[in-house]
Amino acid sequence: MANKQPLIRITKNDNRPLWQAVIIRAIFIVLALVVSSAFIYSVTKLNPAQIFASMYKGAFGSARRTWITLRDAAFMLIVALALTPAFKMRFWNTGAEGQALIGGLAAGAWMIYFSGKIPTALLIVLMLVSAIAIGALWGFIPGYFKAKYETNETLFTLMMNYIAIQIVEYFVDIWDTKGSHSVGIINMESEIGWLPNLFNNQYVLIVIIALIIMIAIFVYLTFSKHGYEITVIGESVNTAKYAGINVPKVIMRTMALSGAICGIAGFVQVSGISHTVSKGIIGGRGFTSIIVAWLSKLNPFIMTVFSVFLVFLEKGATQIASDFNFNQYASSIVTGIMLLFILASEFFINYNVIFRKKEDR
Amino acid sequence: MENYAVELKNITKTFGPVVANKNACLNIRHHEILALLGENGSGKTTIMNMLAGIYYPDSGEIYVDGKLVSIKDPKDAFDLGIGMIHQHFKLIDVFTAVENIVLGLEDKEKKNIRYAEKKAREICDRYGFDLDLNMKVHEMNVSQKQTLEIVKTLYRGAEILILDEPTTVLTPQETEKLFNVLRNMREDGKAIVIITHKLHEVLEISDRVTILRKGETIGTVNTAETTAQQLTEMMVGEKIELNIQRDLVEHREKRLEVKNVTVINQEGKKVVNDVTFDLYSGEVLGIAGISGCGQKELLEAIMGLQKCEEGGSIIYNSTAHGVHQLVGLTTKEIIGFGLHLAFVPEDRLGMGLVGNMGMTDNVMLKRYRKGSGPFLHRQQPQATAAKIKDELDVKTPDLEYPVRKLSGGNVQKVLVGREINNKPTVLMTAYATRGLDINTSYAIYNLLNEQKKKGVAVIYVGEDLDVLLGLSDRILVLCEGRVNGILDGRTTTKDEVGLLMTHRKGA
Repeated sequence: MANKQPLIRITKNDNRPLWQAVIIRAIFIVLALVVSSAFIYSVTKLNPAQIFASMYKGAFGSARRTWITLRDAAFMLIVALALTPAFKMRFWNTGAEGQALIGGLAAGAWMIYFSGKIPTALLIVLMLVSAIAIGALWGFIPGYFKAKYETNETLFTLMMNYIAIQIVEYFVDIWDTKGSHSVGIINMESEIGWLPNLFNNQYVLIVIIALIIMIAIFVYLTFSKHGYEITVIGESVNTAKYAGINVPKVIMRTMALSGAICGIAGFVQVSGISHTVSKGIIGGRGFTSIIVAWLSKLNPFIMTVFSVFLVFLEKGATQIASDFNFNQYASSIVTGIMLLFILASEFFINYNVIFRKKEDR
Repeated sequence: MENYAVELKNITKTFGPVVANKNACLNIRHHEILALLGENGSGKTTIMNMLAGIYYPDSGEIYVDGKLVSIKDPKDAFDLGIGMIHQHFKLIDVFTAVENIVLGLEDKEKKNIRYAEKKAREICDRYGFDLDLNMKVHEMNVSQKQTLEIVKTLYRGAEILILDEPTTVLTPQETEKLFNVLRNMREDGKAIVIITHKLHEVLEISDRVTILRKGETIGTVNTAETTAQQLTEMMVGEKIELNIQRDLVEHREKRLEVKNVTVINQEGKKVVNDVTFDLYSGEVLGIAGISGCGQKELLEAIMGLQKCEEGGSIIYNSTAHGVHQLVGLTTKEIIGFGLHLAFVPEDRLGMGLVGNMGMTDNVMLKRYRKGSGPFLHRQQPQATAAKIKDELDVKTPDLEYPVRKLSGGNVQKVLVGREINNKPTVLMTAYATRGLDINTSYAIYNLLNEQKKKGVAVIYVGEDLDVLLGLSDRILVLCEGRVNGILDGRTTTKDEVGLLMTHRKGA
């Protein structure tokens, strides 16, 4: 045993100044680039600089690509914002995927059954309202069971995703006219029920919707009585009870809100992006947005940055796969390395790592 | 140079910006009981945790039997014969005493249950421990659990024993028993350290005293050559008045009439059992009892936080607010009626305050609903927070600084300040000065006393009997959830209270 210090010691650092945090993050982004370059080179013998240029091209290479990146980032942002009130309350809503999907299904149903039968403006409003309502219900159900029976919300919301997926599959089968188990683009010619263009651009409206929700969530959480209740419950349920807050009621209300915003995301997806209904329209963003919300520490403004960043990685990975005949999984590994380093930097911001001093060796 | 059992030299330990120990030094001898005296937050427990391998010092040296050592984890400490009995016991509830004793041992002979039982029995007989080795831990009371922890430590070969605030959870009678055992162990040559902030215990049991203040060693004195006055001065740094001015308030009216209140907890146990008492304005009603005897649940029942069983009644009565039956009301309704029931709960950051919020947001915790519209109105609470900060001298960088980052005393000032600011008619406090330094504690006692003089009905749940006796007009003693007696605070004695705490009348 002798008189040796432990090799590594870890101590908590709660008060790291901002400039240090920024430097640590910068170091980790550089490290992430170095490690992924090494990986790329060892596998493909390609120049890593080319790879990164290709990634950039994939996400921002043309005006159209840039807009698609922004569109997908806006969608991701809406879902991440939907999770924020629930997460702030420490309710681990892993059901955004299903809540958005079921909302999208409701929107699609209106398009399929009522296109041309009612005024288009009314149709779009009904699509939106029903997507919000069923999304809210999909969030409310696990909220109700958590509030009344203390069920585990993570598992419950996760299971609700699979129910939503199966319901969508059922309707896809009913709506499928060609026997290919797909609905196809709805109203391809007439574009009835599609989100209108703004400034001659298909996607501007989606970005605006996301930004409005961002401001609304920020104001709701920071300045409203509801937001205060959510924060208190998230900090300590006992304190909330002490303050006379009706905890079950707030849990149900907040989960309905979370689901409702996911419902909006589903509506945006069907009406503004994919114009179809299938189990894959949310594309796992209901889960990726958990990372966005978490990396941003539930700050709505910072969420915009991480939404763009994650979509950038996704688009970039697809681009290198096609440019270099890289297989899709290898590019996913690059994305994974990036995320891992970003998450790891949080640890080094919150803790000091002290190595054994030289003279003690 | 004398060969000490343990020598700690220039130990420094920091937690982020908090300096827990700074160049602290102390020596421990065999055949001796050393008291480690200091206020809460003076670094007593931290320095001993470093000896027990829980923390590792930033700098400094530790010598055991004259040899420089490095204690990286509790196993290293055990190998050196150092054992620590923590305030929170580390026992498995569903195991028996002897099963807990062998738990985690690797030595073939030692982990044999039958062998362990025999050896543990020998240890008990040798030092005079009263312990049933086949009893399950969940059936034990606090004193028995503590005894088990000590026997466990001895069984593992500890020659140096550290006890962290061992008497906090014990009655006076149990404390006496513990001290006898400690004396026997001293005779046997063990080195014993007892961490405490209670002067009379130091004087009673120890041979030497080392005093810590703000993480630094202030000095070491022989117990026989010192006085309570000298120790207090070394501990606090300045002389303070230890008397509470206790006036008798005339014109009292009955404020609360608690009748046959019973609370059943989630495990189906009657934690508050048929409790009946009256509370008057202008008095301090002290509530004594060993921890977990229903104090917490009783106060929470009055606040509407616990469900009262059928047949219970809590009548609130004041000239300003009229007569109300509190049983059946929710906390929100009780707050909403404006009855001004103030409650300082035991768990400050887990129940009374929100740690990550600043003073302003914490001040509006019970009144955030005020004002029209869906949005918060922060101006009024902000002014109140500023007032509390000034009046109670709360040390915080600004009103929005998270209260969890404040020191324990300042946290409590925010909480008590908020509750008093609301012009209470009833003020209930649970362990209002636990963990606070002497100056802050006395500031709090004075605040409570002032409220009483203003005609507020004050309930003071406390654990320090000296304070209870000095502050209360009447003392209600709880035992196993029942009222075991109501005593006159001016005439009763510590022994009388202690006896009622442990022995249920008619049981």
